[in-house]
Amino acid sequence: MKVQGLTIQENNMGLLSDPNRRRALISMLTRLNAPICVVCYMAGVAWFMGLAFEPFTLRTYMSENAMGSTMVEERFPAGERALATGREFAAHKKKVGGMPVDWLVKTMQSQGLEVFTQRFSRTLPFPDENKERYVVEGTNVYGILRAPRAPRTEALVLSAPCSPGNNNNQAVGLLLGLSQYFRNQIYWAKDIIFLVNEHDLIGMQAWLEGYHHTNTTGMDWSPLQGRGGSIQAALSLELSSDVITSLDLVLEGLNGQLPNLDLANLFYAFCQKIGVLCTIQGKLQRDDWDTASGYSHAVQTMMLMVLKQASGRPWGDHGLFLRYHIEAASIKGINSFRQYKTDATTIGRLLEGMFRKLNNLLERLHQSYFFYLMPSLSRFVSIGYYMPAFGLLAVILLLRALDLWVQLSALPSRTEDGIADIEQSGPGVLSVLTPLVISHLTGVALYTLPIRSQEMAVEHFPVFETEAVVLTAIAIYTAGLALPHNTHRLVSGEGTEQGWRVLKLVAVLYLAVLLGCTALINFSLGFILALTLVPLAAFITPHVPKLLSALFMVLLSPGCTLFFSIFFFQELQETPVNLQEGWVLFLSVISQGILDHSLYGSLVYPLVALLVYPCWLLFWNILFWK
Amino acid sequence: MAAPLTLLLVVAVTIRAALFRSSLADLIAERVEVVSPLNAWKRVVEGLALLDLGISPYSGDVFHETPLIIYLFHFLVDYAEITFMIADGITAVALYIAVKEYNKQVFRKQKYALEADRYPLDCLELIRSPKEMYYIPLKVAMFYLLNPFTILSCVAKSTCGLNNAVIALFILCTIKGSALLSAIFLALATYQSVYPLTLFAPALLYLLQRLYIPVNIRRPSFWWYTLQYAFMYLGSLFVIICLSFFLLGTWDFLPSVYGFILSVPDLTPNIGLFWYFFAEMFEHFRLFFLCVFQINVFFYTIPLSIKLKEHPVFLIFMQLAVISIFKSYPTVGDIALYLAFLPVWSHLYRFLRNVFLVSCVLLACSALFPVLWHLWIYAGSANSNFYYAITLLFNVAQILLVSDYFYAYLRREYHLTHGLYLKRKDGSEATLVLK
Repeated sequence: MKVQGLTIQENNMGLLSDPNRRRALISMLTRLNAPICVVCYMAGVAWFMGLAFEPFTLRTYMSENAMGSTMVEERFPAGERALATGREFAAHKKKVGGMPVDWLVKTMQSQGLEVFTQRFSRTLPFPDENKERYVVEGTNVYGILRAPRAPRTEALVLSAPCSPGNNNNQAVGLLLGLSQYFRNQIYWAKDIIFLVNEHDLIGMQAWLEGYHHTNTTGMDWSPLQGRGGSIQAALSLELSSDVITSLDLVLEGLNGQLPNLDLANLFYAFCQKIGVLCTIQGKLQRDDWDTASGYSHAVQTMMLMVLKQASGRPWGDHGLFLRYHIEAASIKGINSFRQYKTDATTIGRLLEGMFRKLNNLLERLHQSYFFYLMPSLSRFVSIGYYMPAFGLLAVILLLRALDLWVQLSALPSRTEDGIADIEQSGPGVLSVLTPLVISHLTGVALYTLPIRSQEMAVEHFPVFETEAVVLTAIAIYTAGLALPHNTHRLVSGEGTEQGWRVLKLVAVLYLAVLLGCTALINFSLGFILALTLVPLAAFITPHVPKLLSALFMVLLSPGCTLFFSIFFFQELQETPVNLQEGWVLFLSVISQGILDHSLYGSLVYPLVALLVYPCWLLFWNILFWK
Repeated sequence: MAAPLTLLLVVAVTIRAALFRSSLADLIAERVEVVSPLNAWKRVVEGLALLDLGISPYSGDVFHETPLIIYLFHFLVDYAEITFMIADGITAVALYIAVKEYNKQVFRKQKYALEADRYPLDCLELIRSPKEMYYIPLKVAMFYLLNPFTILSCVAKSTCGLNNAVIALFILCTIKGSALLSAIFLALATYQSVYPLTLFAPALLYLLQRLYIPVNIRRPSFWWYTLQYAFMYLGSLFVIICLSFFLLGTWDFLPSVYGFILSVPDLTPNIGLFWYFFAEMFEHFRLFFLCVFQINVFFYTIPLSIKLKEHPVFLIFMQLAVISIFKSYPTVGDIALYLAFLPVWSHLYRFLRNVFLVSCVLLACSALFPVLWHLWIYAGSANSNFYYAITLLFNVAQILLVSDYFYAYLRREYHLTHGLYLKRKDGSEATLVLK
């Protein structure tokens, strides 16, 4: 029977176009919604925990041909002299009381480098209490070793920070030692830039902005007088003692961006070759993966990486390079109480080897992974393996949305009244729109007010600026809980049964899209937020016990997630803190988050304030729906 | 009904004016989803600068607007923002009036059918009431003006807004039954971007229907009217193109505008299907696949016109959707135009099957476009495959949406002739499947 292209169904078709099967599938999904959600959540968590289990991970391997098969010899001999230079640098630093610019310029010039300086100044939005700075002025000094073998279109960077106190003098010494040694070699095909940056990341930011002619954060800096080619890779060195026991590799950059995995592979390969102990997240790798302690060690290492990445902060001076498509990592020398010590010559040889291999690169590092987690330095989990863990959590939201949709489309058919439908839809839209608008306005307040109102707060309350900013943020955050619930009643009178379902559908889809986008940019942040927000989004209705659920919701809110993460992080770092210290840390982390946003453009604070927190408020609104 | 429409216009203009003044405007104007090489404002400015210098604006490989647009902005360049806001307003008002007129006709037709007892008895719940139809024109205007896609497109000053206005005026004139104006606006729309050519069929069908001329190839009256309309259309197209020639004094614009649209030399990523495919292809297959891709846009006209010859306005909607999915440089502004028609088909809601899935996918894709673009272009950690995957998904969702509406429309018509509760031959309840 065929009329107008429609036939009465006689045989089966695909899943989407066969109405009977669709109905069966949908009714199964709605009937078993809760159990499926629970199973998905547990499967997601189990999958994530399984990522650290060694048989499920891949061994790292060098993907880049140019760095793999080529042989290089490391001959750097002058470790002792480098340390002496470092001591000289320390003396000059002490004498000047800051960065010994003239001495550095003279020293680099005497080695035959092209030396330039860059001045920069920046007033922080509020004083940074961790590093005790407010108005920052400084100078970067950098010397360029021009490539003798190639047309100078590409460059590599080795940087060492000039830190206050007695830190990192050896790093600068070794940098100068290496520059002298590199100057005498003829095989360089890329310019090598030796950079000593003051005021750690602020200096680095100024230099990178100057190098690339951009100004994204409104900092004052003098333009660079000399440039190399486009920077292919950068290493940042931190070294505070003459001998070290191990080298730690830091990868996490701004907004959780990671360098290409080949850079980590390169570091690991050279540590193996030269025989230096190497760690990631300060943890050595162990080969007893089949024991419980070995597994928990791997989990701890991975969790540290996840937490650091989720914070969105640059965890070393390399962190800002990543934004400019430059693969970069920090190498930190660690001196602990181990017997086996490594001297400066060996570290120099390691760096020389790494630079020679980077020098052989024919194109940017792109062969290996950009999205990965590392349970140890020789093992990694790629995006294909860790995304399902997030996917399983996100599926819960979609299932709940489907359930709500089915409920919503079932409701009007019961009334069988077309007129009532239309009149309901008017306030229906408003009752969704009002909470949406109000919670986002609260979000905007949380984003803008803390910095804007610090002067007023300092005038009226006995607090410092930093405290004022942090406490204002917390106050707005808490006030948001009291303010917006039941706002829909202002406009539409009584909230309807259908009203909260519509609002919840919107909120669940909003959260799903938000978490999905976050997880793509910064998997760790997306996963941690999903871990706490998804159960809450799945079960909240106006009909659950109010008080208990409210407590539960507050405990799972983004702010409390941060609070727990701090304790967890400290626990993993083996420096546990008590509640008091934890609170102080919590405050300082918030202020650092706001500072990171205004200084380097980190996105975590605006993301939480403008999107995640309002989304959470929507669920809060549903809980108190009347 | 004028008051709500005015209010809507005021709200829409306020949002646009606020966005024009904010720092977001520059950001939006750079987005590849919002502007294409064909309609970017930056390129219009470039063309104007060349024109002022006395050089042909098409001499560089940047400017691809039609001569009329450049002369329009030659006078209006200082009032560009207002022009684009007015264009959006015109589109909304034209659609509003057109839909109002169309609903009147639908209702009249339904009344006659009811009086003639042509509907089966169990179909009464499918009959549309004037009350539910009352707000539809306003909803159409709202769907167009407050659609984020339209707002983005307007704030980016994409000339897509002007094309939409022309098409909306064409729809208005057609529905009002003015053949000459309809042909002129259709010619203008074709002149602007070639693809509206396929709207010739629905317009003709509509005008024929209006004059009660049956669509029958053996009837001379059908051919006579078709010739008349085609003559008006081709005549005005000819006049417009000649006018462009006299304005500029060269034929440069033909290869630069239509050649550019048809041969797709610019493979800047966008939300369409062309760029990735042609970037990956071996050069000697290029011509063949170009033909396949371009014929794709035009080909659907024939089966759809045959199938929907009784329902030309729905055919216009289908054609607009097909154009905006398969055209060579689509932007979100094109999508906004056919999305504005969705309220007109709100009575099909009960027959839609995938609307939840499709709207979720469209929503997610719209959010993922900028994220994956960021990962590809700025962070460098993703690549073009990620972005294209989303493009593909976005277009699949659009196709699902359109075919879902198509199915729902046909199904409703089927029920209107055969009754709502179908029985199989053996008496059990039957279900309908599109084949």
